[in-house]
Amino acid sequence: METYVTLVLLLPLAGTVALFGLGKRIGEPAAGWIATATVSASFVLSVVASVDFFAGDGHAEVVRWFEWMPAFGVDAAFLWDPLSAVMAMVVSGVGALIHLYSIGYMHGDPGFGRFFAYMNLFVTSMLILVLADNFAVLFVGWELVGLSSYLLISFWFERPSAASAGKKAFVVNRVGDVGFLVALMLVFASFGTFAFGEVFERAESVLSTETATAITLLLLLGAAGKSAQLPLYVWLPDAMEGPTPVSALIHAATMVTAGVYMVARTGVLFELAPVSAGVVATVGAVTALFAATIALAQNDIKRVLAYSTISQLGYMFMAVGAAAYVAGIFHLMTHAFFKALLFLGAGSVIHALGDEQDMRRMGGLSKVMPITFATMVIAWLAISGLPPLSGFWSKDEILAIVYGRGDAWLVLWGIGLLTAVLTAVYMARLVFLTFFGEPRWEEGARPHESPATMTVPLVGLAGAALVGGLVNTPFRLGLEHFLEPSFEGVKLAHPPEGVTPWVLAIVTTAVVLAAIAFTARRYLWAAARPAEEGRGWGLLRAAYHVDDAYGAVFVGLGAPAATWLADGFDQRGVDGAVNGVGWLTRSFGRWLRPLQTGFVRSYAVAILVGAVALVGWFLSRAGVF
Amino acid sequence: MTVTPGWYMGLAAVLFAIGASGLLLRRNALIMFMSVELMLNAANLTFVAAGRELNVLDGQVSVFFVMVVAAAEVVVGLAIIVAVFRRRATASVDELAEMKG
Repeated sequence: METYVTLVLLLPLAGTVALFGLGKRIGEPAAGWIATATVSASFVLSVVASVDFFAGDGHAEVVRWFEWMPAFGVDAAFLWDPLSAVMAMVVSGVGALIHLYSIGYMHGDPGFGRFFAYMNLFVTSMLILVLADNFAVLFVGWELVGLSSYLLISFWFERPSAASAGKKAFVVNRVGDVGFLVALMLVFASFGTFAFGEVFERAESVLSTETATAITLLLLLGAAGKSAQLPLYVWLPDAMEGPTPVSALIHAATMVTAGVYMVARTGVLFELAPVSAGVVATVGAVTALFAATIALAQNDIKRVLAYSTISQLGYMFMAVGAAAYVAGIFHLMTHAFFKALLFLGAGSVIHALGDEQDMRRMGGLSKVMPITFATMVIAWLAISGLPPLSGFWSKDEILAIVYGRGDAWLVLWGIGLLTAVLTAVYMARLVFLTFFGEPRWEEGARPHESPATMTVPLVGLAGAALVGGLVNTPFRLGLEHFLEPSFEGVKLAHPPEGVTPWVLAIVTTAVVLAAIAFTARRYLWAAARPAEEGRGWGLLRAAYHVDDAYGAVFVGLGAPAATWLADGFDQRGVDGAVNGVGWLTRSFGRWLRPLQTGFVRSYAVAILVGAVALVGWFLSRAGVF
Repeated sequence: MTVTPGWYMGLAAVLFAIGASGLLLRRNALIMFMSVELMLNAANLTFVAAGRELNVLDGQVSVFFVMVVAAAEVVVGLAIIVAVFRRRATASVDELAEMKG
């Protein structure tokens, strides 16, 4: 077991190191195949290592590499339990398919080797994050994920927009990381250790409700930064500046799922702080609705998907906030399948149209790109939550559990249902605008189906999106039983008994179908494409001007402060002090300069006067006069 | 009339005064050098006179030291003066004032 877990981590890391050093020399396409092979091997090994868990007789194991910070009692230790196993499989499995796809997508890019080095680093970081056995190692993975996302978003760094998008992602994540870091300090101050096992075991006796609330709210801040929740979601839509496979990786397998995973992992602490759990669920629900409305009006195909990710992550937050950790992880998993598929499909479309991302200049692609089209339709129906596709099972489980909690949670359920409707609308709009109707391509565009390296991952993910939901159906709660050992001591929320979940599922499916029909009438069967004009559309298209507001507040206040520090404090204050010392020395020297007349005579007089004075002093001491 | 140490001291004082005023008033480097030598020898005279009077050898030893140092100083000093003279065709110290502040 130890060997497996070690290899799961070390293989992509070895790929990173090798490609960093030799990426250029290995070149295309070997660098891509090496990277894909390491991640695929990680996936296979994590499946092999999970066999005991599948059989139901596995137990959590801790793999210790070395003593890392003895002063804090922190080891470089990794935890292999069902939860981290699921995460490792999702990360490496989806990651491997995205790697394979990238070989085709990045064809001909001068930074081919560098790209795969970064991709491997990204997967490694995420694996460190999900396999960590203590908060310190978790934090290492957390930060490495931030770093690799920065490197990949600004991969085409010669484009100013890509460079600034990378910076934006990094800075916004930093804001969340502050919260996370303070939470870690509080944890250490309360428990004197970072180890998960000890912290969770003693949490109930050690933590007061206030401390638990403080820690969990700060953790939520960190999670909101990484998982793009309100109010720190702004970096994710801009992260589109990276190559499309990077978007797929960030949105599906790595990075954004980190926050959800972290909340699920620290479920014990959230259980002690019901207020925080409520805040998590509320943030999730509001984010889900907020982002879904924005996605309605976007014209950039990747932007629609970006806001869709934010919205779906909102669902996951709603689930983990409602203590439905299994449902949250389940949705994380199914979302990884269909969102990776959507991004890779979108990448395939963008690739085919020669880097065209505007859906207004697409259309009619269903005949030209049959494989991309078919897989995208599966992803669309999956994310819309139609049975029996994967999204249906996970989304409906979340909605049923939230509904079952009653009281104020019913409001969140309403928001969730509304979001489901909006999801169906914007996804249908995306598919109709892209694949149906008259071609509206740019002059000279010659769309074609993508090469096999790109379509094979699409088909693989489509299969997963199609049947992935069956791992946890009300008939057979496979994932729930699988994950149970990881959530020992946590009271998991369950869907209500009886017919209620079925009624809810029928209601959701009915409204979703109605929403799709409505969208089809507007975009598919209508004679002309709707204008989408007016103040409402403008507001949505501009994403409620949140970016502008952040710009006005933080840049508007930050820029003058920085200017003052640069021109006022640094130039006048710091430089002034340094120059002042120089000026003082110089003017003292200038004052002494006249003493050096250049005439030997005057020096001789000075010596003589000195000598006479000295002799006189001695004589007076001797009492001569 | 006996020659007491006072006379030697008086002579030394006169010699020293002549040397000091020569150093202060003349501009020719060579003359100034000679003035310095005069002052050194005035000092030497007081050393030997005092040594003889007190009947100790220290005075004479000191004189030897002074003479050795003076000889060395003359070697260096004359070399400098000759070098300056070759360059400037003058031995006037007032014209060598590049280092003034």
